[in-house]
Amino acid sequence: MSEGDVARSSSLAMSGGRNRRMRRLHRIEPAAVIGVVSRDATVFTRNWKTTTFSSIVEPTIYLLAFGFGFGALISSIGGISYKQYVATGIVATAVLFSSAFPGMYGTFLKYRFQRTYDAFLAAPVDVDEIVSAEILWIALRAGVYGNVPLLVAIAFGLDPLPTALLVPFVCFITGAGFVAFGVTLAATAQSIDNFSYVTSGILTPMFLTAGTFFPISNFPPVMRAIAEINPLHHCVALVRDLVVIGIHPAADLLHLAVLLVFALGLWRVAIWRMRKRLID
Amino acid sequence: MGVSAQPGGASGAQAGAGAARPAISLRGVVKRFGAITAVAGLDLEVPPGICLGLLGPNGAGKSTTMRMLTAQSIADEGTIEVLGYTLPGESKQARAEMGVVPQLDNLDVELTCRQILTVFARLYRVPPDERAAAVQRALQIANLTERAETRVDLLSGGMRRRLLIARGLVHRPRLVLLDEPTVGLDPQVRQELWSLIDALRAEGTTVLMSTHYIEEAERLADTVAVMASGAIVARGKPADLVREHAGEQTHEVYGPPARLEELRAQGERAGWAMRRSGPALAILRAERHDGTLPEGVRRAATLEDAFVALTGEEIE
Repeated sequence: MSEGDVARSSSLAMSGGRNRRMRRLHRIEPAAVIGVVSRDATVFTRNWKTTTFSSIVEPTIYLLAFGFGFGALISSIGGISYKQYVATGIVATAVLFSSAFPGMYGTFLKYRFQRTYDAFLAAPVDVDEIVSAEILWIALRAGVYGNVPLLVAIAFGLDPLPTALLVPFVCFITGAGFVAFGVTLAATAQSIDNFSYVTSGILTPMFLTAGTFFPISNFPPVMRAIAEINPLHHCVALVRDLVVIGIHPAADLLHLAVLLVFALGLWRVAIWRMRKRLID
Repeated sequence: MGVSAQPGGASGAQAGAGAARPAISLRGVVKRFGAITAVAGLDLEVPPGICLGLLGPNGAGKSTTMRMLTAQSIADEGTIEVLGYTLPGESKQARAEMGVVPQLDNLDVELTCRQILTVFARLYRVPPDERAAAVQRALQIANLTERAETRVDLLSGGMRRRLLIARGLVHRPRLVLLDEPTVGLDPQVRQELWSLIDALRAEGTTVLMSTHYIEEAERLADTVAVMASGAIVARGKPADLVREHAGEQTHEVYGPPARLEELRAQGERAGWAMRRSGPALAILRAERHDGTLPEGVRRAATLEDAFVALTGEEIE
């Protein structure tokens, strides 16, 4: 069969029902984002036990060790009991652990070793959608896992305010920022070993200067200034207000604004870095 | 998912009619990686409905070309159109209407065949009420129906390869890109995949298949484009390429290396077209030198002969 013959027979075949005319596809399509999330959710049905265990056990141990260990020695901080202080602070730790680490390691494994993103990019899915979906999915998980320390504390007698129902939303926003942070690092790192620097040099200091275990007001001025721009600190302060202290509109809106800027800013940075990594 | 309104652009709208417009068109495409030029002024047109084999040795620029067709690699120069959509701007639209089977396995090993196909049916915007049927059809095409609920990490290499093809076909694409579809597979599995690809071609789907296996190109491709150093050096039906570049017959002379070297020197003086073929020296266009050649084995010229004559490189 000549090329011309084949072309003619093909044009007949292509006029059949299989060539549905697609509508115009946009830069970020909910269908593509949901499609990628559906892949992540399907994988999650296979590995939810290990994922959940690693995301909630460590923060819960911190809660029990500090809340009930130090709690016996320190009666109160800033007008609330130390157990309340730590229980609300540990929420941010749970969010950090369940968002930054999957963002770093999970993303790195998927694009470098499993080549999952290459498979997506061969379909009508763009880098913006892949990154947005990863952030959305992991942040949703963080929005759930972040509440576990509170539930443990409630089981041990914490009596939360009704505004505590907003905590999952705060966990989601904070988680989104830290997933995007992790994705950015994954797209930048040359080797998975590079993450050790990030864990020791960035995440651990952030975790310790968030006001989780002690107030940042006692820090020297420079350290305090640094702690004030730590998004984790704003998460801790906002959760503490929502659960035990009560809302302070101006301060809490500022906390929320910082978390939103952190999440939205790093979302764009993560897309930019990942596009450089995936498209040559 | 809606399927109306206007497609990506004016070019895309015309592509929808699917008449004589090439399924793929590359003009003057250049792609550089630092000091290395992987694709050097590539011109290639693939008419709709044919299987075009892009044949070349490793490093010829085949995979880079494939990546440029999905906009995973962006050309430094030249223009690329796929199904009438101009890349990279309209690549998403083009990708919605084509399927890609990658060289490297990128399946999610924790998922089952059905789960993977369902995820990709969604990504390819197959409407929800058609998804289950689309997945079932893809499973049938790949002969994986009985393995639908099997996790990928429990599949054999051949099954995984078939699943990759099923994944690329789940949305009934107009164009399929196969990047080295049978590389690393044993002969039996290769035969199975060839049948699958052949059925695809018979159905009228346009196929662009990169390969470095001569036999694969010869068996499956309506047209072969020989690629070397980032450009197309010849193009035609396999038989025409053989006739044009290697003649009708090849004469193979066997002997110790010293004897073959001596013969090569003699052939160079006599103007023979020659190449080493394993333990033999193959003299191309042997029909032109009847009566002057040393004792040897006469056989029909092959695409491999033509390929080596064109590129100077041996291939599998």
